[in-house]
Amino acid sequence: MENKMFSAQVDLDDFMPASDKEKEYMVQMRPSTTFFKDGVKRLLKNKVATVCFFIIVIITLAAIIIPIVWPYSYDQMLGMTPGKPVDNSFNNLAPFKYGRSEMRRIANGETVIPHIFGTDAQGRDYFIRVVYGTRISLAVGFFASIIVLIIGMTVGSVAGYCGGAVDLVIMRIVDIIYSLPDMLMVILLSSVLKVVMEGALDGTVLAKIGSNIISLFIVFGVLYWVSMARLIRGQILSLREQEYVLAARAAGAPGKWIILKHLIPNCFSVIIISTALQIPSAIFTESYLSFLGLGVNAPMPSLGSLASDALNGITSYPYRLIIPAIVISLIVLSLNLFGDGLRDAFDPKLNA
Amino acid sequence: MSDVRNENNLVDIKNLKQYFNVNVGFFKSKPLKAVDDVSFSIKRGETLGLVGESGCGKTTVGRTILNLYKPTSGEIWYDGKLIKSPESIKEFRKKATMVFQDPYSSLNPRMTVSDIIAEPLDIHNMYKTKEERRDRVLQLMEYVGLNSEHASRYAHEFSGGQRQRIGIARSLAVNPEFIVCDEPVSALDVSIQAQVINMFDELQEKLGLTYLFIAHDLLVVRHISDRIAVMYLGKMVELADAETIYNRPLHPYSISLLSAVPVPDPKIARANKRVVLKGDIPSPLNAPSGCPFRTRCPYAKEDCALSMPQFKEVEKGHFVACHHIEDVNA
Repeated sequence: MENKMFSAQVDLDDFMPASDKEKEYMVQMRPSTTFFKDGVKRLLKNKVATVCFFIIVIITLAAIIIPIVWPYSYDQMLGMTPGKPVDNSFNNLAPFKYGRSEMRRIANGETVIPHIFGTDAQGRDYFIRVVYGTRISLAVGFFASIIVLIIGMTVGSVAGYCGGAVDLVIMRIVDIIYSLPDMLMVILLSSVLKVVMEGALDGTVLAKIGSNIISLFIVFGVLYWVSMARLIRGQILSLREQEYVLAARAAGAPGKWIILKHLIPNCFSVIIISTALQIPSAIFTESYLSFLGLGVNAPMPSLGSLASDALNGITSYPYRLIIPAIVISLIVLSLNLFGDGLRDAFDPKLNA
Repeated sequence: MSDVRNENNLVDIKNLKQYFNVNVGFFKSKPLKAVDDVSFSIKRGETLGLVGESGCGKTTVGRTILNLYKPTSGEIWYDGKLIKSPESIKEFRKKATMVFQDPYSSLNPRMTVSDIIAEPLDIHNMYKTKEERRDRVLQLMEYVGLNSEHASRYAHEFSGGQRQRIGIARSLAVNPEFIVCDEPVSALDVSIQAQVINMFDELQEKLGLTYLFIAHDLLVVRHISDRIAVMYLGKMVELADAETIYNRPLHPYSISLLSAVPVPDPKIARANKRVVLKGDIPSPLNAPSGCPFRTRCPYAKEDCALSMPQFKEVEKGHFVACHHIEDVNA
């Protein structure tokens, strides 16, 4: 091709019309992503939140599995064997030390699972008590958050959707509960409920769980739903002005349909996040209640009651306070950071 | 308007009023007269355009007709039936639907396109099997020119025009006779506006629809409407055939409104006299007494403040509410 002046020097023969097959090849449909998938993708990019998620999973699995396979149980006093005098050598063992009868068994060539964290003043294996305490604390945190979620979501969405007088009455009740000093209320309620429930539970399934934990759940159900209800009401107040809600009403949708199909799915991110942040606060509340002696019933450990018991021997056995304290901190910190990560990943306002 | 019902009318609105209570200060509220004593009819198969400036109550009229707001007073007759009892409203919802202005907020971001389109079907239990539902959704998507592959996608993956098509497909789902189009093209850019408006035309022809077309773009309204109603401050001031309104408006407000329509030919545009109104539209909270337009009307006299002019038929099918039509058009 010879060079011409004012020409782009393009050989037109290089250009061919694309065949249908080639055209089809060029059309790329972006794979459809859902809001949830997008959020998970962003969450996985956040390293801190991912690590925290795995810590939570490991702690939870450990709390569930270890008590099943471990040879000692949380209320078994190792020095007590029926028909024999109490063997005091099991009390207050340091980590990885053995009691007298266990020494004999080791000498005979048997393997004995070590007491990783030693034993407590009654000769109970401290490791299994910490694991069991974690299980209780996690369960309390989880179920209390679910109770809070269910009550808060129902009340909040009804108040937000109905508006007017219904909203006014519900929100004044919320304000009243909000204005009570909650720590005082928690202590009062749990000490009252403890007395009331003591006799009522005998012989039922609930007796095994213990009146204290049940009263703890009630306390959560009564007091802590308010902030969740406020949050969801606020969300729904703004969402119900959206035109898609109007469109559903124009199509004849009843209120229940609109709340369940349109409003709640759209505040899902807020719900997930605040529930994730509610769990550590519930664990914390349980811990301080147990620490004050209002938590779980005596032989059953929880992280708070373990820390409380450890106070007696803090000079000789400081690790008994430190271990449950570390576990509480780890759980609360991981859940908080994970909750933060969830918020960053799912909050639509932050999406670019 | 005459009380004798016309068989050709699909919708009859009689003395419709819609007041909202607005709080002014503590414990005091004042009625905001969004729609004040409006009466008109829509004939079967026609498109009635409703124009007026922002805040004049066009959208409220549309929503009140569909009973999205409970009317303060007045009657809505649809196909010879009064729409008031819960049962009649429920039936009415299967016959009259709505297309919304904002294609971004009128689609739930958590729902797939097929769920959005099928929502009215779900609400009214209008299908027996999953296949029936899917087939209907695909049919509706074809009506509005959407690719069937889009059914399982979410609304945020679409452009404004496509989203508006989804909204239109949803409004067609229950096989309605009457659709209130609330500024359906004002959020779209001009090239898309043309596509969507032509689609409205085609659908009307194909499905025998009746539209109440609310808009503030006068050229759009002229293109699509058979008759046009002009609203000012909650009241209807003029109603006539589209061409009549454009060529010979009678109410001073309509005259001024139409003189503001841009004309593509600069020669004609220069020759046209622009009627510029003085002042701003008054707040509907303190609407002027008598004729609402008198504060800005160049022809206003004392009697305009005393009584609201009647909405009367000055020529066949041409209704105007003005005390001084003769002066205006002298």
